[in-house]
Amino acid sequence: MEQLKTIGRELAMGSQGGFGQSKEFLDLVKSIGEARSKAEEDRIVLREIESLKRRIVEPGIPKRKMKEYIIRLVYVEMLGHDASFGYIHAVKMTHDDNLVLKRTGYLAVTLFLNEDHDLIILIVNTIQKDLKSDNYLIVCAALNAVCKLINEETIPAVLPQVVELLGHSKEAVRKKAIMALHRFYHKSPSSVSHLLSNFRKKLCDSDPGVMGATLCPLFDLITNDANSYKDLVVSFVSILKQVAEHRLPKAYDYHQLPAPFIQIRLLKILALLGSGDKQASEHMYTVVGDIFRKCDSSSNIGNAVLYECICCVSSIHPNPKLLEAAADVIARFLKSDSHNLKYMGIDALGRLIKLSPEIAEQHQLAVIDCLEDPDDTLKRKTFELLYKMTKSSNVEVIVDRMIDYMISINDNHYKTEIASRCVELAEQFAPSNHWFIQTMNKVFEHAGDLVNIKVAHNLMRLIAEGFGEDDDTADSQLRSSAVESYLHIIGEPKLPSVFLQVICWVLGEYGTADGKFSASYITGKLCDVAESYSSDETVKGYAVTALMKIYAFEIAAGRKLDILPECQSLIEELSASHSTDLQQRAYELQAVIGLDVRAIGSIMPSDASCEDIEVDKSLSFLNGYVEKSLEKGAQPYIPENERFGMVNISNFRNQDQLEVTSHGLRFEAYELPKPSVQSRTPPISVASSTELVPVPEPSYYRETPQTAPVPSSTDTGPSGLKLRLDGVQKKWGRPTYSSSSASTSNSSSLKVVNGVTQVDGVSSGNSKTHETSYDSRRPQVEVSEEKQKLAASLFGGSSKTERRSSTGHKVAKASSHASEKFHTSKSTTIYSADNVVEKPNLVQPPPDLLDLGEPIVASSAPSVDPFRQLEGLLDSTQDPGTFGGTKAPDLMALYAETPAGGRSAGVALPLSLSRDGDKFNTRIVKCK
Amino acid sequence: MIKSVLVINTQGKPRLTKFYDILTVEKQQELLRSVFGVLCSRADNVSNFVEAESIFGPDSRLVYKHYATLYFVIVFDSSENELAMLDLIQVFVETLDKCFRNVSELDMVFNYSKLHNILDGIIFGGQVMETSSAEIIRAVEEISKLEAASNSISLVPKTVSGWRSR
Repeated sequence: MEQLKTIGRELAMGSQGGFGQSKEFLDLVKSIGEARSKAEEDRIVLREIESLKRRIVEPGIPKRKMKEYIIRLVYVEMLGHDASFGYIHAVKMTHDDNLVLKRTGYLAVTLFLNEDHDLIILIVNTIQKDLKSDNYLIVCAALNAVCKLINEETIPAVLPQVVELLGHSKEAVRKKAIMALHRFYHKSPSSVSHLLSNFRKKLCDSDPGVMGATLCPLFDLITNDANSYKDLVVSFVSILKQVAEHRLPKAYDYHQLPAPFIQIRLLKILALLGSGDKQASEHMYTVVGDIFRKCDSSSNIGNAVLYECICCVSSIHPNPKLLEAAADVIARFLKSDSHNLKYMGIDALGRLIKLSPEIAEQHQLAVIDCLEDPDDTLKRKTFELLYKMTKSSNVEVIVDRMIDYMISINDNHYKTEIASRCVELAEQFAPSNHWFIQTMNKVFEHAGDLVNIKVAHNLMRLIAEGFGEDDDTADSQLRSSAVESYLHIIGEPKLPSVFLQVICWVLGEYGTADGKFSASYITGKLCDVAESYSSDETVKGYAVTALMKIYAFEIAAGRKLDILPECQSLIEELSASHSTDLQQRAYELQAVIGLDVRAIGSIMPSDASCEDIEVDKSLSFLNGYVEKSLEKGAQPYIPENERFGMVNISNFRNQDQLEVTSHGLRFEAYELPKPSVQSRTPPISVASSTELVPVPEPSYYRETPQTAPVPSSTDTGPSGLKLRLDGVQKKWGRPTYSSSSASTSNSSSLKVVNGVTQVDGVSSGNSKTHETSYDSRRPQVEVSEEKQKLAASLFGGSSKTERRSSTGHKVAKASSHASEKFHTSKSTTIYSADNVVEKPNLVQPPPDLLDLGEPIVASSAPSVDPFRQLEGLLDSTQDPGTFGGTKAPDLMALYAETPAGGRSAGVALPLSLSRDGDKFNTRIVKCK
Repeated sequence: MIKSVLVINTQGKPRLTKFYDILTVEKQQELLRSVFGVLCSRADNVSNFVEAESIFGPDSRLVYKHYATLYFVIVFDSSENELAMLDLIQVFVETLDKCFRNVSELDMVFNYSKLHNILDGIIFGGQVMETSSAEIIRAVEEISKLEAASNSISLVPKTVSGWRSR
């Protein structure tokens, strides 16, 4: 309604002619504004397009009308409709002599066209001319178009003019010329490589604005190659110093801060130049320290500069004083009520944590608050921070939290990311095999289709290999716990395909290994899977192979084979399947079942998936056969790479008569694999293998990874299987194999980790028990206690005790608010008290001692803690009140700042202010 | 680098779209829709930042500010600072407000080309060029004056005349 009224007002004004737009346009906007549905809007816009199409080609349109048509076209396209019929008119308009029309034309073409559009050719000439214009506004408009429309090929056409404009008398033009050059550099670095010195020169421009603009390209250049710009460190520092000392003209102030955007850019550049360079960093310490001191933290832009200082400090060679200053600012950010500042605080914490890990502990409660905040952005940022600070001591809590969050969101993009992070952390820090399996199960269950297939392969290998220890019982425990958990999960509906593949493989390999489950039970489950996911051929393939393994193990163990009727029918169904892969597997299975114990023992030795298989890649055992065939006049085999090479060569030298032969060659190249495959078949001893070989279809290869477990047979196995493995390795085996070597190094580190965290698991279990006893005593502090608990598990084991207590003192000295001081020092003492006794044992000594440390943890913790912890709880519950109280004036100032500094008194701004005000009020109420 | 500046009203209608990367019209519409979808699902008292990687691809962040019936959105990459971008929105709105005296959504619709002039004065080719609203207004005003002078068809936007009479 409000809107309609204002439209009325505007209409009245429009009809007075003050607007320069016709009533038609106003009507259009008005009717679109009133449209109730997208369909209605589309109808209106389409009608408009029709009328524009008709009118724009009418002869003798007055220029003013034409301008309006073009604007209407832009408007139509903004609403998502095709206005391409009018592009040419916009292009024509750029040729016009009238400044208004020319600028409108340029505006329209920059919005309409992309750099590869056909019409660009028609504009380049105009741009060239306009860049030389006397009127700087025309030059600016042309430069604008240059940025958007000039592509790699047309850069040379305008480059000389743009370079010339670097010396233009108007600083606005110089600025834009620099930006245009920067844009060229983006599009094609080589095109301007000889002009890069210009950027250095322009750094000394008399106009600070031009200097500021030069920082953009320099930032990019330094990002790519910091070393060639080290000589500028001193200049950048002195510029930053001058800016920070208010030496620029007042016009560059923004909200009383001297040229903050230039400061930010300079700090970014210094961060790049000082990274890993002690000498360069030393130049920067003073000025960055000055900015920390001077910068006004009550305005948004002031905080932006402070944040940039933190980034700079965490990037350059560390300086303890600056780190302290940075930590103070982070504390201020995190304690702020503004979500924006909290977000920046968390981000900054993530940067600083690499240099001084102990800083996180001061802010544990703030971090947990952010984790539980309803704001999704903040939450994700916090997860990022947790990801960075994950250690073996807190991995369980963090990964559990991540998984919970992963389950709760729908955004596939982020789900994938967080799932892969969970997997990464679990692989790196897993405290126990059991936990690892459980975690992976959860990840697969909820995001199985989103994670990389490699993760599944890694998991299978991990279960097969164990954690690299020689301890066989631990490995078999891992396997049987995996089998058990999978049998439990398998009945759940709609499991992701990747997860089912893992399940089938593990059940096939280890389902009957510990004798807990009967073969018929496992095979029944596998059949169920194959039936209920009948559309997923990969899963079915895995299931059939698993069946085969189980039957083979049964036979090898000398037990009577008892094939369930449903399995029988499944096998029969699959032997008539459309998928050659499934068919092949079914026939293989049938063939294997028919063999005697000894043959099976050599084809399918139990638990041999990790045995190395010697693959005779040269296929030397076939030499005799090959020779025989050659004697009979068969074509010699040409290796694949040579074949391709020949085709390439024939393409290159494809002159006269060679062309014919090249055809012949190519033909042979495709034919060749067949004879070679056939040549492999005869020597195969197992009858069934004959069926499986001559189907070198792509689908066959695609599915081969699943047969990877099959070749687990020793090298005496049938050659058909061997050949197949060869293919696997060539096409897909490599990535997994290479990653396997990487993760074996992981798993060896896990060994150590294991010891540590198993101990830790026990200690956390203990703390849980005594904390639950608090629950019954003090229900009113429940929430905060939960947080404390979380904090303890997140941050508790993160660093050494001595350090922690020392930071506690530091904070006490440094922080200005009495209440905060109390709060932080209190909470740190809680955790140090909690950990003083056991942590040194946990972290420092070699793994052997850890087991000794464990009982101490259990016995000492309850005796020390209860009262102290209670004290801490009380403090923290009182805290928010005092905290809110002391903080309030600051906040007021912050919000009051906006209108004062903004010098704005519009309709829009006050609205936003009142919103902020509301927010503020609710905060206060909440605090009280 | 700034990737795009968007102004969308609370009903999801675009009021100003500017993409500094090259995108097709369909892609632009798709982005607009997903941005609006994200924005209108956010509560009032949360941060002004949104994860934008799922919409705009890797290394992209989004900052928005809600004024009356309009969302102002800036999408950018890691070479910019979130808080600074938030202030850039402030600069833009302040400038609009001074130019149009109590800017409303309608001023933006009806002064489309002027709106672009102002934006081009602040951001040029994806980089922040000017952040002093007085300076921007001076430039825009100068353009208008020269346009008026060179203009045989007398196209004087109301706001400029308003400016002179001030």
